[in-house]
Amino acid sequence: MRKFEKELWLGIFVLAVFTPLGIILPEKFGVEGAWGEWGTDALEKLLGYVPGGLKKSADIWAAPIRNYIFGRQEAVLSTRIFSYIVSAFIGIALACIITLLISRLLFKREK
Amino acid sequence: MHIPDGYLSPQTYIPMYGVAFALWGVALKKVRSEMSAKQVPYLAMAAAFSFLVQMFNIPIPGGTSGHAVGAGIIALLLGPWTAVIAVSVVLIIQAFVFGDGGITAIGANCFNMAIVMPFVAYWTFILFKGFWRNRTMVTLAAFLSGYVGLTAAAVCAAFMFGIQPIIATGPDGMPLYAPYPLSITIPAMAIEHLFVFSIVEGVITAALLKYFMKNESALIYAMKEASREKI
Repeated sequence: MRKFEKELWLGIFVLAVFTPLGIILPEKFGVEGAWGEWGTDALEKLLGYVPGGLKKSADIWAAPIRNYIFGRQEAVLSTRIFSYIVSAFIGIALACIITLLISRLLFKREK
Repeated sequence: MHIPDGYLSPQTYIPMYGVAFALWGVALKKVRSEMSAKQVPYLAMAAAFSFLVQMFNIPIPGGTSGHAVGAGIIALLLGPWTAVIAVSVVLIIQAFVFGDGGITAIGANCFNMAIVMPFVAYWTFILFKGFWRNRTMVTLAAFLSGYVGLTAAAVCAAFMFGIQPIIATGPDGMPLYAPYPLSITIPAMAIEHLFVFSIVEGVITAALLKYFMKNESALIYAMKEASREKI
């Protein structure tokens, strides 16, 4: 691998280690989540009701690592920080595997 | 701006899946003809980078949080079609594995962040080609590129949210999916991006382009394309 590429991978590694800032900072400022991405409980509080179609399809998919947190969403901060870093590396691994598979399909005919 | 499951009506998310599939097809063809096998590590890196950058939630005190996407800088460095693939891969992983963005909304989310964003960012950068007299001006164009790209994506998401109460209501006239009208969704999402998240996106785009100009300028797709057109 060239030195420049190594440097970039190192940058990605450093980013991954610092990802927990993405939960620590919002928590520090008491900010819950993104606009328009409320769960059904939060919507109930905002609107006083949950729209019918939304209620039916909101939980259509049970993601294995919901919100990048393993297990309980209310776990103590240190557990969530650990989850977040592990999720970051899982994300990197999956991103690499899938893009490599795609490229293999694309460049098969070149060889 | 990862639209969750339940916020979009089928009459929105099904056509968006159609659009996404059509453009993924075009993107794969373009990438095959434009990219060399040597650049494959950069595609992987781009996807990894976009995944990570989206984990950095930035809080607006007393408000909501948001994040950059990285689609702008990927479009400048590797080309908008490569960015379509890289960011779509990320959004699909996020939806299936991490529940970030709905399964039903993958087409819509890819349209906003993996299609609109890289293309708007790329076009914005090229639009200012006449001003690329020195590195500072190029860096400034890169800032605008990320800034405008992310804002455009946010406005598209806000539009999708905002049309739901118009196109999908129950027999009682109540909204069935995303409940807020355009008059609320557009300002809410545009303002938080214009004043916070898009600035972060712009800074990331500018800083990384500057880094590449210094170290590996021959790699930058947008500048290669622009100079080819001049000749």
